Amino acid sequence: MNTKLSINNIVDWTTTEDMVNNVKVDEVGVLDRVSSLATRSIKRESKLNALQKIVSMCDLTTLEGEDTEGKIIQMSSKAIAPDPNDESVPSAAAVCVYPALVSTAKKTVKDSSVKVASVSSYFPSGQAPIESKISDTKFAINEGADEIDIVINRKAFFEGDYKKVYEEIKSLKDVCGDIHLKTILEIGELKTYENIKKASVIALCAGSDFIKTSTGKISNGSSREACLVMARTVREFQSYGYGMRGIKVAGGIRSSKDAIRYLVIINEELGSSWLSPDYFRFGASSLLDDVLRQIKKLKTNAYQSSYYFPRG
Amino acid sequence: MNNWEYAESIESEKIVNIEKKYGHFIQGEFVSPNSKKYLDTISPSTEEVLSSISIGDEKDVDFAVNAAKEGLKQWSKTSPSERSKYLFKLARLIQERSREFAVLESLDGGKPIKESRDFDLPQVAQNFFYYAGWADKIDLAWGNGISKPYGVVGQIIPWNFPLLMLSWKVAPALATGNTVVLKPAETTPLTALLFAELCDEVGLPKGVFNLVTGDGTTGSHLVNHKDIKKIAFTGSTSVGKYIQKSLSGRDVGLTLELGGKAANIVYNDAALDEAVEGVVNGIFFNQGHVCCAGSRLLVQEDIHDVFIDKLEKRMQTLRVGNPLDKNTDIGAINSKDQLDKINELVNEGVNDGGELFQIECELPKNGFWFKPSLFTGVQANYKIATEEIFGPVLTTLTFRTPDEAVEIANNTEYGLSAGIWTEKGSKILWTADRLDAGVVWANTFNKFDPASPFGGYKESGFGREGGRHGLLSYLKASS
Repeated sequence: MNTKLSINNIVDWTTTEDMVNNVKVDEVGVLDRVSSLATRSIKRESKLNALQKIVSMCDLTTLEGEDTEGKIIQMSSKAIAPDPNDESVPSAAAVCVYPALVSTAKKTVKDSSVKVASVSSYFPSGQAPIESKISDTKFAINEGADEIDIVINRKAFFEGDYKKVYEEIKSLKDVCGDIHLKTILEIGELKTYENIKKASVIALCAGSDFIKTSTGKISNGSSREACLVMARTVREFQSYGYGMRGIKVAGGIRSSKDAIRYLVIINEELGSSWLSPDYFRFGASSLLDDVLRQIKKLKTNAYQSSYYFPRG
Repeated sequence: MNNWEYAESIESEKIVNIEKKYGHFIQGEFVSPNSKKYLDTISPSTEEVLSSISIGDEKDVDFAVNAAKEGLKQWSKTSPSERSKYLFKLARLIQERSREFAVLESLDGGKPIKESRDFDLPQVAQNFFYYAGWADKIDLAWGNGISKPYGVVGQIIPWNFPLLMLSWKVAPALATGNTVVLKPAETTPLTALLFAELCDEVGLPKGVFNLVTGDGTTGSHLVNHKDIKKIAFTGSTSVGKYIQKSLSGRDVGLTLELGGKAANIVYNDAALDEAVEGVVNGIFFNQGHVCCAGSRLLVQEDIHDVFIDKLEKRMQTLRVGNPLDKNTDIGAINSKDQLDKINELVNEGVNDGGELFQIECELPKNGFWFKPSLFTGVQANYKIATEEIFGPVLTTLTFRTPDEAVEIANNTEYGLSAGIWTEKGSKILWTADRLDAGVVWANTFNKFDPASPFGGYKESGFGREGGRHGLLSYLKASS
């Protein structure tokens, strides 16, 4: 364990500030690398292997005002056994819901491997005082959440108050303790790779176990370029002796092909030790069904209609 | 078990049809060589013989040059817009058959299919499109009536980018109204032979494009032919010097695109992860068989350790192997000769005291292979710091100040290209201003565009290829 880390794996603010001020990222290089990695040709057994990994990395998500207990039970049940006709298909990593529905999800997943993640901290805008964010988070934890997905304070970020962004995440990590904290950067709002890297550094230093691309609530969701920048930040973080942290990509990832390209980025930039639900996740709703179809296709050579797979 | 191996994903060879034996392409048809001599062209990744090509002797070359003289009669009467049409047709056909060309290029030369498919072939087609556009606008390029074509042009091209170098030479030569005798490299003639078939297919007038295959002696016959009006050569500096000597005292135009030992300067304020990618691309692209390769890494001393650590980790992820596997990053070394040369220089580097890092990877049993390599602890007087290795071998030097970086970068007999890595725009301009290099890339490397002239200073040659300036290589002042 690195001595520079205090409790909850937090890096002190002075060190963090240094790192933030030292952020450098070149857009042309990022685009080049991502487009070059997109040409990797993943076939046959490596494709099947990838698709099964993707299922196991899925945070099956519904975050709508119309969510009900019935909907959550249905989705959680699907997370446990995504394809009941094929035992080789693993469970999803987690279900991701609003705090009010955590207890319902928890009751459904019971002692299966599926975790319950709850968004909190006034997701998706984060426009609330820290006291409210803390109580939002405490509520979710009391309801039984295994993982917490928070948003960074973009208002503070764009006002240049990086310390506030850091302090908020840090105090939420204090609330979480051992509970897995995923911090959403909302890259669609941050826009530049420099901002994305700065926010990644802040979130990691403040104790986040994962950094996550997007809420899925704005039109610009995840991007492979952002994933690359985040992966390189995670790599750098590890090289400083701060340990392994994870990445969750979410928002607009719908096809297996796209998801596999994300895996390639992680595999080649961070290495295969990151290819596990402990360190890489997909936040998705419709992705899972496409992956299940592709798995069937590889095994049977036929595309099956979506009605062969249970609703989630 | 997280390990995720990529299964083989091989581009099929079935698309190419290689003849057992090829003649020269002269006067619009394939003809058997007068020499009656052939040489094998092999796949450097398997050492399997792909085909036999003719060795052009003095008579073969003479036959081709005469055909080009005949061809010139008709070509000079062909209107510029008609010339343009032929070039457009060639460009489109190349696009249509680019997969075939790409597979052939990788088979014959050993380069990864992803490079021949995603770099070489798109660039080849673009060059033809670009110069097709200039054919009827030459007057706009360099003033009305001040220039005219040389006539019969001899072109000798290298083995590292066979079809791409053909396009750099043939497209502007034909656009400006010259006729051509082309001599491809002896190890990589197949794509040029397929190109000759396309010339026939588009109905290019006979004798406008002629192809004589062979080895160095064939090239020498071409250079020394009395009716050649211009030689364009891309290859090694030693051969370039030989050609220049041979042509002295004769009224023959000459452009040379020769070797390089480019500096890739990484300042301490660069975006390091992206710089690592650029440095990797700069030296390992096409197994380092690139005249403008960034073969000297100049890294600022205070970031040396961090940068080398990142670089070695990145190098370890390079995938070396079958050039036809779509996931291969580094293919085969082009020939046994080249492999021997690389080995010799690398051994010398180790003996001189350089510290050698090579990635851990399995190399195929047959064929010619060299592990991506990095030298640190190199002094400026080591041979590996001054001589062009033309292989996947990067040499590291350090500097303290921008002045020193420039001094080291220019401390070479070559002057073809250079790279600068810094987030400061002003530093890019300051440095670029002071580098003696034909091309300077900033925060990127190996970017090409048909509209941008390419060529070197000092022993890297003279004359420019590409862009408006590229036309000048095939035009002379009208009398």
